[in-house]
Amino acid sequence: MSMELIKPGVNIDFVGKMKYAMAFSAILFLIGIGSIIYHGGFNLGIDFAGGSIIQVKFSKNISADQIRTALKSTKLENSTIQQFGTNEFLIRTSESFSDQNILAANVEQPLSMAFNKDYEIRRVEVVGSKVSADFTRKAIIAVIFSWLAILIYVTWRFEFRYAAGGILALVHDTLIVIGAVSVMNMEFTINILAVLVFVIGFSINDTIVTLDRIREIVKRNPKQKLGDIINLAINETLSRTILTSLTVFFTVLALYIFGGAVIRDFAFAMLIGTVIGTYSTVYIACTSVLLFENLQLSKMKRRN
Amino acid sequence: MFKSLKLRVAITLIVCIGALYFLIPTFFQNIPSSWNKYLAKEKIHLGLDLQGGMHLVLEIDTDKALEAMMETNSNDLKESLMDSKVRFRNLGKAKGATISLELTDSTGKTALENVLRDKYPDLEIASTSQGQGGELVNIKIKDKRAVELKKLTVEHSIEKIRGRVDEFNLQEPDIIPEGDNRVIVQLPGVKDTEGVKEKFRKTAFLEFKLVDEENSIDEALRGNIPEGDIIAYGLREDKSTGQRGQVPYLLKNRSMLTGASLKDAKVQIADRFGDVTVSLTFNSQGAVDFERITGENVRKRLAIVFDGEVLSAPVIQERISGGQAQITGNFTMEEASKLAGFLRGGALPAPVNILEERTVGPSLGSDSIRQGVQATIIGSLLVILFMIIYYRLSGAVADIALIVNILLIMAVLAAFRATLTLPGIAGMLLTVGVAVDANILIFERIREELRTGKTVRLALNTGYDRAFITIIDTHITGIVAAVVLIFFGRGPIKGFAVTTIIGLLASLFTSIFITRVIFDYVMGKYNIKKLSI
Repeated sequence: MSMELIKPGVNIDFVGKMKYAMAFSAILFLIGIGSIIYHGGFNLGIDFAGGSIIQVKFSKNISADQIRTALKSTKLENSTIQQFGTNEFLIRTSESFSDQNILAANVEQPLSMAFNKDYEIRRVEVVGSKVSADFTRKAIIAVIFSWLAILIYVTWRFEFRYAAGGILALVHDTLIVIGAVSVMNMEFTINILAVLVFVIGFSINDTIVTLDRIREIVKRNPKQKLGDIINLAINETLSRTILTSLTVFFTVLALYIFGGAVIRDFAFAMLIGTVIGTYSTVYIACTSVLLFENLQLSKMKRRN
Repeated sequence: MFKSLKLRVAITLIVCIGALYFLIPTFFQNIPSSWNKYLAKEKIHLGLDLQGGMHLVLEIDTDKALEAMMETNSNDLKESLMDSKVRFRNLGKAKGATISLELTDSTGKTALENVLRDKYPDLEIASTSQGQGGELVNIKIKDKRAVELKKLTVEHSIEKIRGRVDEFNLQEPDIIPEGDNRVIVQLPGVKDTEGVKEKFRKTAFLEFKLVDEENSIDEALRGNIPEGDIIAYGLREDKSTGQRGQVPYLLKNRSMLTGASLKDAKVQIADRFGDVTVSLTFNSQGAVDFERITGENVRKRLAIVFDGEVLSAPVIQERISGGQAQITGNFTMEEASKLAGFLRGGALPAPVNILEERTVGPSLGSDSIRQGVQATIIGSLLVILFMIIYYRLSGAVADIALIVNILLIMAVLAAFRATLTLPGIAGMLLTVGVAVDANILIFERIREELRTGKTVRLALNTGYDRAFITIIDTHITGIVAAVVLIFFGRGPIKGFAVTTIIGLLASLFTSIFITRVIFDYVMGKYNIKKLSI
């Protein structure tokens, strides 16, 4: 007897719960939008907003407040200081220090005075406004193009209404991950952008497997009602969907736990994306195929 | 695909051995040198985030270069117009890279056009308008020529940047032009980050200019700068107090000679007081020019200006032949050797702005790689364990494919000199997930087929056939998304995209082809009635 997560012959009525799913997604959207408004826009990282990040590791226990005190009356007075691993801190400011002397005067000297050189500057990143404006433009283009590219590919392989369902799910996932990033008040960095594209890839991967099954069943029983076909397809592929999502989830979880502070945010956004990607496959992509079908039907009726 | 099992086994073995071949330099450090010529040379390159180092995005300010060019042109044009007896006034460099002047003769414009055509083929009249005392003329560089000049400036600048980078003697510096006027400079393992930036912040433009001793500097400081003059500042050390202050100089704007005429520059301890000087050696044309300039201007002061700052302004005692000169500033040894280094390397044709800077210390880099590798190993082990528990022996087959997949990614990275970055490791982990997904798809199908009572062989065949199209689709969409990221194309993201693409391609091979070969091989060898799945 082999191990089975989902017993064959399971028949959960996913399509029937479509309304709840839509309400659930709508709530997630609202939370995301609410959070973005509450935080006064995105917490853009220096990649997109310009500025500097200095990562400092101390050899003894030090609090963010101590650093803040040390940096008082320098240009970094208003910077955000964030704990980052043990005794390690990120100092972030909107100022772009292109000049090492300014950096030395505003960071190294005050820190040396306060903490006796018991620290090491491990990373300095400075992004000027020209580059960050460029990044922002390219980032938006990249996300939209990946949607488009996938839309074209899926339309070519399937039909447009399938593709439209898939894309709807992608847009849904992208927005919810962006919302989650905002809720956690995480910085929106290039790495988060990479996550968005990863989520796009992962979500469409899942969606295609299920759409494939829908197509297969339609071929077998062309007379069956689309709602039932969709339900059947989701149920038949359910064990695979859940297994794959779990393996990806656990590998990303490993990255989150063991990958170090630098990619923790990256891994966290990926975890959210994995869960949402799976959910959207079942509830958004497939059910919206039905939605598009119904729309077409009602159009036809009106014409008749 | 390939019917013959023998052929498929052979392909599998060749690919595996090939992968191991390219990974030898990465895994084994001490290979006897006599073997080297038979082995692959390239190790996996680690990105800056993993080995520490510096990433800079520089912008070459080509507009400034054109402006400087027009500055020189305007000085020359003045003389050419006087030579051709064209009457004009208020000639000077105007806003941007243009020259403006006022022609006072009615025939002036034709004469100006003639001068431009004969001597300044790059320039043209941009606009004319009627002024009070004559015709106002704006001159600009021809558009096509301006584009060419900018391109040339960028090319020359990159050459010079390369030269300056080489002075740091780094293992594998990377200089990549980006867009029209940007350069990405990657300096793995560099320690002196401050020194690097200073190297780019200085254009290192050396000029010799005569000091204007006929006009008063005080009057000029009050705002009445004589035509053709500029004010420049230099450092002066008070010998008795040791304090340094700024001293203004009134200079004739025209450069008599520039750093382009230099052949060499060295630091010398000049005299018995131990003063440090920088000695210059001119190239042959430079030596001739210098001799002429000094001969014509004996008893006058010649200022040596470096990036707009007056280093010294000695009085020319006599005609200097032999192509040698000394700069006796108030240098420390360190300042002098820096200056000599800049002069040897030559000036950047245009100022350089640092648009972006990312520095990762070596300790952070090694932390990152340790954690990244750890996460990948733990993640992969989890997946491997899960597959064996859930799918038993079939799971083990998928695990073999998975391990080959990871080896293939690393081999391709090594063979094509691609760089492994931290997001690259994440990408590798992602493909582990996708590769396993392909096998889950196949196995779930096989289970479905087995449930309908099919024989093992038939179930295997249908399982693979049915899952094949789906797997192709999922992989291609993944690749499509990753390709978009490559076009977005910046360091860390690119690393993520590249490993993902390699991984997905490898996964197509390992999770469909290799697992099938193993199944077919075992099925052919033993008479299997029940599949462990």
